[in-house]
Amino acid sequence: MAAGSGQHPAAIPFPSMLANAYRSAAANGRLAAIVLFLPPALLLFTLFVVMPVAEAGWYGVYNWNGFGKPTNWVGLDNYRFVFETRAFGIALRNNVLIIVVSLTIQLPLALSLAILLAEKFRGAVALRMLFFLPYVLAEVATGLIFSFVYDGDYGLVAAIWRFFGAEPPYLLASTQTSMLAILIVVVWKYFGFHMMLFIAALQGQDKNLVEAARIDGASRWQSLRHVTIPLLYPTIRLSVFFAVVGSLQLFDLVMPLTRGGPADSSQTLVSFLYSHGVMRMRIGYGSAIGVILFAICVTFAATYKRWFMRDD
Amino acid sequence: MNVFKGSLLAVGALALSAGAVCAQTTVKWLHLEVNPAQIKIWEEVAREFEAKHPGTKVQMQFLENESYKAKLPTLLQSGDRPHIIYSWAGGVLKAQIDAGVLEDITAQTKDIAPTISAGALAAFTQGGKVYGLPFAQSQVGFLYNKALMAKANVDGDKIKTWDDLLAAVKALKAAGVTPLTVGGADKWPLHFYWTHLAVRVGGKAAFEAALRGENGGFESETFQRSGELMKQLVDLQPFQNGFLGFKNPQSTGYFGDGKAAMSLVISTVYHQQKALAADKVGIADDKIGWFNFPTIPGGKGEPTDTLGGINGWLVTKGAPKEAVEFVKYFVSKDVQMRLAGANFLIPVVKGADAAVSNPFMRNIAQNLARSNYHQNFYDQMLGPSVGRVVNDASAELAGGSMTPRQVAKAVQDAWKQGN
Repeated sequence: MAAGSGQHPAAIPFPSMLANAYRSAAANGRLAAIVLFLPPALLLFTLFVVMPVAEAGWYGVYNWNGFGKPTNWVGLDNYRFVFETRAFGIALRNNVLIIVVSLTIQLPLALSLAILLAEKFRGAVALRMLFFLPYVLAEVATGLIFSFVYDGDYGLVAAIWRFFGAEPPYLLASTQTSMLAILIVVVWKYFGFHMMLFIAALQGQDKNLVEAARIDGASRWQSLRHVTIPLLYPTIRLSVFFAVVGSLQLFDLVMPLTRGGPADSSQTLVSFLYSHGVMRMRIGYGSAIGVILFAICVTFAATYKRWFMRDD
Repeated sequence: MNVFKGSLLAVGALALSAGAVCAQTTVKWLHLEVNPAQIKIWEEVAREFEAKHPGTKVQMQFLENESYKAKLPTLLQSGDRPHIIYSWAGGVLKAQIDAGVLEDITAQTKDIAPTISAGALAAFTQGGKVYGLPFAQSQVGFLYNKALMAKANVDGDKIKTWDDLLAAVKALKAAGVTPLTVGGADKWPLHFYWTHLAVRVGGKAAFEAALRGENGGFESETFQRSGELMKQLVDLQPFQNGFLGFKNPQSTGYFGDGKAAMSLVISTVYHQQKALAADKVGIADDKIGWFNFPTIPGGKGEPTDTLGGINGWLVTKGAPKEAVEFVKYFVSKDVQMRLAGANFLIPVVKGADAAVSNPFMRNIAQNLARSNYHQNFYDQMLGPSVGRVVNDASAELAGGSMTPRQVAKAVQDAWKQGN
């Protein structure tokens, strides 16, 4: 997230601030570096981030099917239609659900595995690799694999159910279970990534601190609870950040599994945008969804960075 | 020395590229066909065309049905767009015409126009201008597996009314046979039920009244009743387990594997079920049957009215004139008769249907010839946005999350919203 750098200019008037910045930059010899390195990044950022966002904002106030130039101005009607669409509420709820599951199941799972596997013992590296593998797999491939796993006729799930003599469920075909099925895949796929984040952080920790605590008589649990985990807070905050942003972007796992169905029960905001905007050639409407999604992302990124990641 | 070498190279390269420019016009032809046997004939047609028009190359490109629909607007506005694209006519075609991304081919096709069935050509005409040529028609109806029907002592040929169908479903369920298979995840296979019921209940008059917004538009009696009738069927739980998770090719394969007795499909599924069956053989010709969509007692539609598709090729803006020539060649009587003779399609060229030799396809051809009201698929006819709402709502009705009244209202609301 590029938004909200969180820097606060003090109460210096803008022009003199600029002049100051210029002077100090030039003095440090950084001016050349800025002139050299800033334009390419700025150009790319403008071209691929700022422009599309601005365009979406523009399209969002037109009734436009994507052909030619938008001409039919409808004001905020598209936004009203979005909020009136039942699927939008479902998608929003599902995104929140993904975040909740990420925080309550995936994160503790990743953290406990990381604490176990950060130790040096035979097979630790192999296990780390194993847990990390799902993350390496492409999203669409994962979705396809799991659509076979969940298949009620031939899938692994069906085989397990049959083994216990039960009628196999069709997890992806029911409005009650479709989201559950997706959540399982999400946790399976991404816990390894968060685990790796924690392992990296754990390995960077100063071992002396835990040792000191142990010498002071702290139990294993106490040293974990009061030394190791608090030292991990910056990484946990980062992990939460990734989980939330990942939830807001979730699309390519959903499409091969359910396409957001049945009856929109497994839509996420992005799959909702795709199936209700792009597939229907309602580019104006889709852009309105995009703008709403953008607003959510920016608000989250800015507030999260300001409130929780200030010291990191 | 170096300079000499360089200039020699440059001259050589120039000569080569110039040669390529004069000699080659590439016609990019985008199709959605998945049946390898049919593609083989299409390829032959392309090679023949190349032989007759030296210096022209026909390049076939393929996209999967759903991907094609998603990609189309972007595709059509790119500089590298295909010259010939697939079309179901209807509202999507209208949007493309209005956007000016298609070539007006009226003048070039004047000579061939009189040979084509007037109704099919009209589907590709707007404001007196022709934007594409139709090449095939299809009918929606019930394909059935005779062996499975026999298990429940049901004769597919005797299913004439909606109540017959409901009775057949009950009998099949009682005999432990899955009555119907449908690709519910794609949704449009489910919209056949709701829309074909509307064709039977209200006929042509009701559809046209709905388009004009009369009697409450799509919320009118006709469409509510269609939903109620569909619900009668849905309440019997006639579909395969997990049908809302099945994509259409999966469902077609399911039928081809002999796992369900009937399926409401486009007539071309007769071929596709073979290609998509696990054994690549599917249901043999003597084991497969077809009956037209049942009638509704008191329905205003004629029993001969049909729902189905009109498929054609469109020529995109800026395409070389060879592209039009190729489309003309494709719908020439000679090629149409060949494709009809191989029983792949119901031709649109007058007299070409005589070549249809297979009894199954002959029957479809006759049904279409008898039909006075051939309703194009709603999801194409009503345009991409309203069409998708019809599909969504039909799927929700089938899944039990919407009532017939809500379905009718959802479609009407979308129609009023209009984008």
